[in-house]
Amino acid sequence: MLDETRPIFLQIAELIEGDIVAGALAEEAQAPSTNEFAAFYRINPATAAKGINKLVDEGILYKKRGIGMFVATGARTKLLERRREEFFHDFVQPLTREARKLGISVESLTDMINRSNSDPVLTERSAGR
Amino acid sequence: MNTPTPPPVIELTNVTKRYKDTKAVDGVTLRIDGGKIYGLLGRNGAGKTTLMSILTAQDPETSGDVRVFGQHPYENDAVLSRMCFIRESQKYPEDFTPAQAFKAAALFFRNWDQDFADRLAEEFTLPLKRRIKKLSRGQLSAVGVIIGLAARAELTFFDEPYLGLDAVARQIFYDRLVEDYSRHPRTIVLSSHLIDEVANLLEHVLLIDHGRIILDDDAENIRGSAATVTGEESKVAEFTAGRKVLHQDRLGSLASVTLEARLGAADRAKAADLGLELSPVSLQQLVVRKTMTAPAGSAGVEAPAATDPSELEVAP
Repeated sequence: MLDETRPIFLQIAELIEGDIVAGALAEEAQAPSTNEFAAFYRINPATAAKGINKLVDEGILYKKRGIGMFVATGARTKLLERRREEFFHDFVQPLTREARKLGISVESLTDMINRSNSDPVLTERSAGR
Repeated sequence: MNTPTPPPVIELTNVTKRYKDTKAVDGVTLRIDGGKIYGLLGRNGAGKTTLMSILTAQDPETSGDVRVFGQHPYENDAVLSRMCFIRESQKYPEDFTPAQAFKAAALFFRNWDQDFADRLAEEFTLPLKRRIKKLSRGQLSAVGVIIGLAARAELTFFDEPYLGLDAVARQIFYDRLVEDYSRHPRTIVLSSHLIDEVANLLEHVLLIDHGRIILDDDAENIRGSAATVTGEESKVAEFTAGRKVLHQDRLGSLASVTLEARLGAADRAKAADLGLELSPVSLQQLVVRKTMTAPAGSAGVEAPAATDPSELEVAP
């Protein structure tokens, strides 16, 4: 589940972010505690706390004293905006780089994207051709 | 984490332990802060046990300054009563039963939790009434692990505590360690060569090699501090020029070089443009790369032409 080669606190933060983006963790819902994360992922509690604190610093989570951590209102919108910015270099750049390597023109790449968007079944069949 | 820095639990200044001509511990300076889980890693014979024996006053240092809870631990009950040392081959009176060993531990450790010890004994399916000399190697290790956990000492050393414990029993140990440490934060020094198993439990890593500390850093800083670059040899050489090389392999025109470098977005883009593959290096792999070379001082890895050989030494 966790990748041992990147800082774990970042991965914990990303897991919570992912749950918020997917809607599994609603705004104003309580997030799991540091110790719950530590026990579940078998990680050092200080590391889990660092991941949670990162989201507190960014205004994604907020602390209710004596109760726990909660998802801030507006957190989902904020995360979606950031994810859209990251989409370019995380997904588009590797895609165009690989396309260039394989000699796929921009036109046929656009065509593929259109096909993938409109009919996933068709894309699958043409990929196998 | 935002609290002011408390005094260290352990402070070593230039500590050396000499046995005849060999230095088992060689000029070690380090500090261990309270409330963290430390990993003391290194190969067999690197000096892990010797270092822990010095800290627990089992075997005094030859020279240097040793402070535990601000004092020298040797024959110092005020210090020793606050710590617990579980060795790889812990010795108990042979006619004792585990139940009696726990009773003795309860007298010595002021934070002893008998309920916790009982629960652990059940989980490890430890026969409490069997004589210690009749226990299997794994059951004997379970006795040590249970004492180390249930003692809840302010400072606990586990020196390879799992000999004979199977994968399931080791997992029970790790799970209970994280759980109990979350509820009762304390300082734990865990020595292990099963690095992949314990890596995520550690907050701080101390790597010892030939008696010297060659890595002393937060586990989170270490993750992502090295990467392996694989691809066409000349392209790899172009990418790795001027960087610190930990290891390299060659297969025909293919080269695979492990760098000690934190690669940023620009590095990734450059590697991609050169058609190189980047793969991250785990703590275990990093430890192997850092300790499989010759003793510190003699560069153990062949340098590619473009790399400054002076950067290859593993000592800080």
